[in-house]
Amino acid sequence: MSFWLPHATTQAAEVDYLIFAVVAGSCAILGLVYGSIILYAIRYRAGSKVARYGASEKSWGIEVAWTSVTLLVFFGLFIWGADLYVRLFQPPPDALKVYVVAKQWMWKIEHHGGQREINALHVPVGQPIQLLMTSEDVIHDFSVPAFRIKHDVLPGRYETLWFQVETAGVYRLFCTQFCGADHAQMTGEVVAMAPPEYEQWLEQNGTSGSMAKQGGILFMRYGCSGCHGGNGIGGAQATSAVQAPPLTGLYGGPVPLEDGSIVTADESYIRDCILLPEKRRVAGYPPIMPSFAGQVSEEDVLKLVAYIKSLAPEAPP
Amino acid sequence: MSAVIADTTKHAKSYLTDGTTIRSWLLTTDHKRIALLYLGSITLFFFIGGIAAALIRYNLIAPRGMIGSAETYNRLFTMHGVVMVWFFLIPAVPVTLGNFLAPLMLGARDLAFPKLNLISWYLYILAGAAALYSLIAGGVDTGWTFYTPLTTAYSKGHVVATIVAIFIAGFSSIATGLNFIISIHTLRAPGMTWYKMPVFLWSLYATSVILVLATPVLGMTLLLLAFERIFHIGVFDPAIGGDPLLFQHLFWFYSHPAVYVMILPGFGVISEIVPAFSNKGLFGYKFVVWSSISIAVISFLVWGHHMFVAGTSLYSALVFSILSFMVAVPSAIKVFNWIGTMHGGSVRFDAPMLYALGFIGLFTLGGLTGLFVAALAADVHLTQTYFVVAHFHYVMVGGMVSAYFAGLHFWWPKITGRIYPEIWGRVGAVIIFFGFNLNFFPQFLLGYYGMPRR
Ligand code: HEC
Ligand SMILES: [Cu+2]
Ligand SMILES: [Cu+2]
Repeated sequence: MSFWLPHATTQAAEVDYLIFAVVAGSCAILGLVYGSIILYAIRYRAGSKVARYGASEKSWGIEVAWTSVTLLVFFGLFIWGADLYVRLFQPPPDALKVYVVAKQWMWKIEHHGGQREINALHVPVGQPIQLLMTSEDVIHDFSVPAFRIKHDVLPGRYETLWFQVETAGVYRLFCTQFCGADHAQMTGEVVAMAPPEYEQWLEQNGTSGSMAKQGGILFMRYGCSGCHGGNGIGGAQATSAVQAPPLTGLYGGPVPLEDGSIVTADESYIRDCILLPEKRRVAGYPPIMPSFAGQVSEEDVLKLVAYIKSLAPEAPP
Repeated sequence: MSAVIADTTKHAKSYLTDGTTIRSWLLTTDHKRIALLYLGSITLFFFIGGIAAALIRYNLIAPRGMIGSAETYNRLFTMHGVVMVWFFLIPAVPVTLGNFLAPLMLGARDLAFPKLNLISWYLYILAGAAALYSLIAGGVDTGWTFYTPLTTAYSKGHVVATIVAIFIAGFSSIATGLNFIISIHTLRAPGMTWYKMPVFLWSLYATSVILVLATPVLGMTLLLLAFERIFHIGVFDPAIGGDPLLFQHLFWFYSHPAVYVMILPGFGVISEIVPAFSNKGLFGYKFVVWSSISIAVISFLVWGHHMFVAGTSLYSALVFSILSFMVAVPSAIKVFNWIGTMHGGSVRFDAPMLYALGFIGLFTLGGLTGLFVAALAADVHLTQTYFVVAHFHYVMVGGMVSAYFAGLHFWWPKITGRIYPEIWGRVGAVIIFFGFNLNFFPQFLLGYYGMPRR
């Protein structure tokens, strides 16, 4: 390992500038504090021949001065850190999505095309990658020091993280949220490759079809199609016996809920519909959709989500 | 029983010799005796926590560990954290130096509620017994932060016993806090207005306010934790309808103010010692006083800075970041004022002053590294790594323990009627300062390189 932690992503260097700026500022203040302590310790040591001040020293002016300087510096730091933080956590819309399921004590990765890997994540360089992460058990944390990013991975919901690797290479991945006995062993690597090699890797690891395709099979197997109709075109038609909303074109659009609110159908929403339907009832339909919590694994949920995302809106007749 | 306030050497009887039976100690309501009871018991726990720390370091010698399983290691650092936080750092200064000195500084015979004072010690002992039981029975493996659902659904350790221990210790804290608040309000000597109070009393006051307001939240949170673990009532575990982040909010709502419970009394001690050994009044008394009060207030509004990567909203992170910078301002003011006190004084370097200077040096480093983790983007990289371990050990051990030792040395003659060997006192102070840096400074670098804590 080189002395410097590599800057593998676009923003790693920016985080370092901030850190080094605070280091520089801290050194200045440390110098001031240690310097004046040492200076005063020598100059005003008992017995030295210097003028002493009584307790009557005036303090207001200088108090106000150092308080406001401190405030000002802190405010500057806040702005700097906040601006970068917001950018660190706002994925560009065109990011390539990769799915992460954490469990005690491994990282399971699933790619759009259905490729799966454990404790390793292959990504192309030069392209924004967005991770959609969830946990099967406790809270974990996805951390790659070379990218200067980390985020907790929570059970029961999707958290996201994004980065764009600039330099090809292999980077260490850590779990940084204490998660039980083998937490320290819950490591892995992120392999960043040039796009052609990445394509090649995808091909070599191609499996039984894309996540969406596998999700389509699960859609039948779990009986979703019984209500939502084959291909998710909606119930209460010739295709199914009950009334259930169509899922075609659902993703990304607004959904009116029974309580009057309107939500956007993103991954988390679809996930909740499958695992916690009682939490979010769609307006205008009978509340008959059963909860699939405990029956569908997080990985299968991700595939169902991918499948529902892939359902294009029905072409107008 | 009469509290003897005058010089102990001139009297045949002092609080130390006035009754020597065990009974006379265990049933005493004298604040000085209770202070000594506390001194003995927190020293015991300081050693237990210290042994755990030594074993942690020992295990880290080899990459695969020196003491067997990962499980054992996890139990060690959990015990280290729990014991040090609740059985040493939080009570340390208030229950020993505070108990001993507060009535003397107020000019009162005793605290407002001497019996409550004794009860708080018994609660502490009871809590300590529960903690020891859980330790001997095999310990806990959750980390001192008890994050859910790990703690409620997955941990195999003695979670409930540990929770009971902390729960009871909380009541001991509340009793102590109430006692100080009421004593300071009602027992000040005639003519002692608020601004004539010693700064140490102000910091005890600020500490007590936090103890009384924050500790009940911890108590409730621990109860919920126990309910979920025992009866599977879904509060924090998403698998049974809970919210894992709720726990973190509640826990840090207590635990951030609690770090100020640990350090504020230390500030008070230093604010007494630096003037004493500079032979000059404290520079900017009112600023020092009000910085303690503002810390007590703002400390309740910054808990979210422990959750910048936990999955809370971006906006809340922005608010908590700016507030965290704000809470650092009063601490900076204090450091400047201590240095200002030395300016133009006549400075002597006895052991307490060396400890106090060590405190200022280490606390300043701890405080400055706090700025890294308050600045959002830097926190993303540094949080949950050894950087954070180093940061809070600089504040808690470098700062708080130095201040505690400074105070113990400073008031030792007053407490015991005997003087310690000055030279060894100084040697100790110097060794602690350099040894501490040797031990913890490299952890900042480890953290920057990304080494996860735990
Ligand atoms: C018993 C019939 C039934 C079954 C089986 C069923 N659903 Fe549903 N589903 C419904 C009904 C009715 C609604 C609308 C009311 C509601 O939101 O609960 C719905 C709503 C949804 C929604 C929200 C649609 C919208 O417009 O926002 C999604 C997504 C969904 N289901 C997915 C699934 C998936 C995936 C499965 C299989 C794992 C499944 N459903 C199985 C009946 C069913
Ligand atoms: Cu982990
Ligand atoms: Cu905090």
